[in-house]
Amino acid sequence: MSLKKYKAHLTRRYMVSASHRLHSDELSEPENDALYGKCNNPFGHGHNYMVEVTVSGPVDPETGMVCNLLDLDGFVHAEIRERFDHQNLNLLPEFAKLVPTTENLCIAIYEILKRGFKAAHLEKVRIEETMMNSFEYAGD
Amino acid sequence: MSVVYLTRKAEFSASHYYHNPKLSAEENQRLFGKCNNANGHGHNYVLEVTVKGPVNGKSGFVVDLRDLKEVMGREVLDALDHRFLNKEVPEFFTAIPTTENLSIAIWQRLEPKFTAAQLHRVRVYETPELFVDFYGEA
Repeated sequence: MSLKKYKAHLTRRYMVSASHRLHSDELSEPENDALYGKCNNPFGHGHNYMVEVTVSGPVDPETGMVCNLLDLDGFVHAEIRERFDHQNLNLLPEFAKLVPTTENLCIAIYEILKRGFKAAHLEKVRIEETMMNSFEYAGD
Repeated sequence: MSVVYLTRKAEFSASHYYHNPKLSAEENQRLFGKCNNANGHGHNYVLEVTVKGPVNGKSGFVVDLRDLKEVMGREVLDALDHRFLNKEVPEFFTAIPTTENLSIAIWQRLEPKFTAAQLHRVRVYETPELFVDFYGEA
């Protein structure tokens, strides 16, 4: 293979288990119930979120890598899993004023990566809340 | 003409290790960790090949799947399946057989073989938790 640099996209999947309750303080109880249904249960409920992080960049001929997986794993474990895994999302500062929908979780995780992970270009964050639904944010 | 994307999956099992002979043993260990074990280790790779093109008016196909399967088998699976990538696949006598380089090598093997449809993406899963997409971009 030539030493020419090619651009590749690398995706890594991480599991984050957390609980949440969808509830907006701006709405009445009947409105919350109508909007969020079962997700508005006052005691909350949980998911195994599959968080997919996609980064891109030239493949370094010295390493064969877009970025070192040890660096990406280290960052995600320290900055994302430490913060969200086995937590009640509603009690975290990120969601003090924001409903912890998977849309908002996607944006929060994207912003943490965008600010702190500099080893490759962040393309997108995709989260599977369950096998049946997933959400993507690419910073638009 | 409507362009449609078609994806075909395949699986291959292979072993590899990561080592850059230009670097010291310590540097290789730091950079590649467990993947630096010289005796190698293996994965069940899953390959997804996506081609795109207009739907043929007569056949209703983007590409004849029998042809796609045959090309993937001959150009990729026969060469990689149940092989030690570093020792048996020429691309990796020099390049490090990372998932990035595997997807580039597979692209380069397949791309010249397509005439009717156009190769769009090569996706290689090393594990269910790690995959690389290559679109032929420099």
